[in-house]
Amino acid sequence: MLYRISCTEMDALFAALSETKTVYLPADREDGQASFVKWTEGTALSNRLNTVRSAKDFFFPQIQPLARFRREGQKIEITDLREESEDFVIFGARACDVRSFEILDRVFLADPVDTSYQTRREHAAIVTMACARPEETCFCTAFDIDPAKPADGDVRAYIADGYCYLEPLTEKGETLLAGAGECLEESDGAAVEAEAGRIRAILEKLPLASLKPADNREKELDVFNSPKWEEMASHCLGCGACTFVCPTCQCFDINDFDSGHGIERYRCWDSCMYHDFTLMASGTPRLTQKERFRQRFMHKLVYYPIRYDGVFSCVGCGRCLRKCPINMNIVKVMKELTGVRPAGAGEEA
Amino acid sequence: MQRELINRARELLADGTVDRVLGWQAGQFAYDITPAVFTDAGELEAHFVYNEFCADNLSKYLIKESEKEGKVLAFLKPCDTYSFNQLVTEHRIRREHVYVIGVESYGKADVEKLRARGISGITGVETVSGMLKVHTMYGDESVPLNEVMLDRCLTCKSKKHVVYDELIGEDGDVVADSGRFDMVEKLERMTAKERFSFWQGELSRCIRCNACRNVCPACTCENCVFDNPGSGLQNRAARDNFEEKLFHIIRAYHVAGRCTDCGECSRVCPEHIPLHLLNRKFIKDFNELYGPFQAGEVSGQMSPMCAYTETADPEASVVRKGGAE
Repeated sequence: MLYRISCTEMDALFAALSETKTVYLPADREDGQASFVKWTEGTALSNRLNTVRSAKDFFFPQIQPLARFRREGQKIEITDLREESEDFVIFGARACDVRSFEILDRVFLADPVDTSYQTRREHAAIVTMACARPEETCFCTAFDIDPAKPADGDVRAYIADGYCYLEPLTEKGETLLAGAGECLEESDGAAVEAEAGRIRAILEKLPLASLKPADNREKELDVFNSPKWEEMASHCLGCGACTFVCPTCQCFDINDFDSGHGIERYRCWDSCMYHDFTLMASGTPRLTQKERFRQRFMHKLVYYPIRYDGVFSCVGCGRCLRKCPINMNIVKVMKELTGVRPAGAGEEA
Repeated sequence: MQRELINRARELLADGTVDRVLGWQAGQFAYDITPAVFTDAGELEAHFVYNEFCADNLSKYLIKESEKEGKVLAFLKPCDTYSFNQLVTEHRIRREHVYVIGVESYGKADVEKLRARGISGITGVETVSGMLKVHTMYGDESVPLNEVMLDRCLTCKSKKHVVYDELIGEDGDVVADSGRFDMVEKLERMTAKERFSFWQGELSRCIRCNACRNVCPACTCENCVFDNPGSGLQNRAARDNFEEKLFHIIRAYHVAGRCTDCGECSRVCPEHIPLHLLNRKFIKDFNELYGPFQAGEVSGQMSPMCAYTETADPEASVVRKGGAE
């Protein structure tokens, strides 16, 4: 079944969905970027290709309180700070971000299950928006993601001809749209097929359209020992920008914070790019930025595929291409490892 | 310009003046430039680039590079030369291991500003007499460079190279009317509540990626207090709103008197937080309390923070109170 609603009526749709669930959607910011925000009356859906931070934040937030410890005399009082999630809707995540949930699931939902992650996943309904205007930094097709006809999520959506088209992909998606009530009308698939065709034609022309990750599962040590890491990592600043905007980066740290009135234990994102990543009593196993840099890309392109049946831990969203202060990124690494270096501007200007 | 830089670098490599070259390497889309060290003519010809997107301040890399044996050629834009001087003053760069070529810069373009204008799918950029001709997958666009320059270039403090061994291109002058304190003044005129709300709005977007700190030529601690488990201040992420501010304000205090206003912090912030305004507030206060001072202007100069005199120093907390009532 396919439904549609005029783009001018989107507020009515969000209002109807909000009656039972909190709705989050990407909205434009003053600085020309977009972020996921909670819908309130009048919040418009952004046309930007992607949000600065990825949608992983909904399931794996940057900071998450775990427990509070208070001591009184000989007694220690321990409070569990984890909360059960409420139903919510992520409206308008892109196909790349939605695929990243699967990549995170394999880690967080495997035994032992991460219950905080699990409760958020179970309570979320996801509406995946096709990408009307892919950009030069996009390479999701390298990972068999189809932004012209998203396959993941509970509902697939398109914006075309002044309408938002919605197609449920799961039972949860059908229930969600049934809850939208009167504001949706049924539609045939002609406009959606035309839009998917239009997007596919753009995808073929993307500068990174021919990028394909190499299956290096059999060559783990060759890649690990490649002399190219030294040069690739040589100007990495060791910040965590790539890691924190990445939809598939999943490492975290657990810290205790002394509030002066007790201890709060929380977990927060960590970055393998940091010099104190996995610091332990004996020191760090990765002494220089070369080893830290290598860890990030080995994890995404070699270790994860070895562990999970050839699946890469990258969805080609392009955020690291946009946000690295020195413009080093996974695409350059993939090309370098396969011997293709970006051409210089050699003879220009 | 790029051709001249490559030719000169090749000459200096060939005659043995330097054994490597620190510059900028071309990326995949014209704007995604990466700092790089080149060791031979072939690499320079193939990958060296100097264009309107070569914004990286290379001075910080010279801390590590100048520790090595031999001599490195570094191309420095006017603003980068201030950072260089400051780092030499702080004994962080070994001056004798660096051959500095000053390169002219009339302002660098900000690809994020192109994107903010809705220009997307960028596949190439050319500059023709002050206009950026942007090739995109969705057609070509023409934008005046001065409308999409980095904020720091729009309020450029100086086009003068304060240190160099030789120059390629023209040397400029200190810009007297840069307007770089206009926004600081606007913030000063706000009430405390308004100002708090301004910074709350900006800093609440911080993701603590540390890009601002790690790119900063004034942040050269081997182990930052915020990374050091022994400091009592270590934190990976802001646990609450207060901590978000703590990190940035402490950082601004720590670089006060040493920050040259190179603007790299704001350039690299993925969340577009105008961090340089915190530093500019300190710079403006220094100018007003201790007399005009520009960090990095002269190699070896003492910062007002390090030049305490019992008679001449005003006590900032008693001489005035900031902000509108």
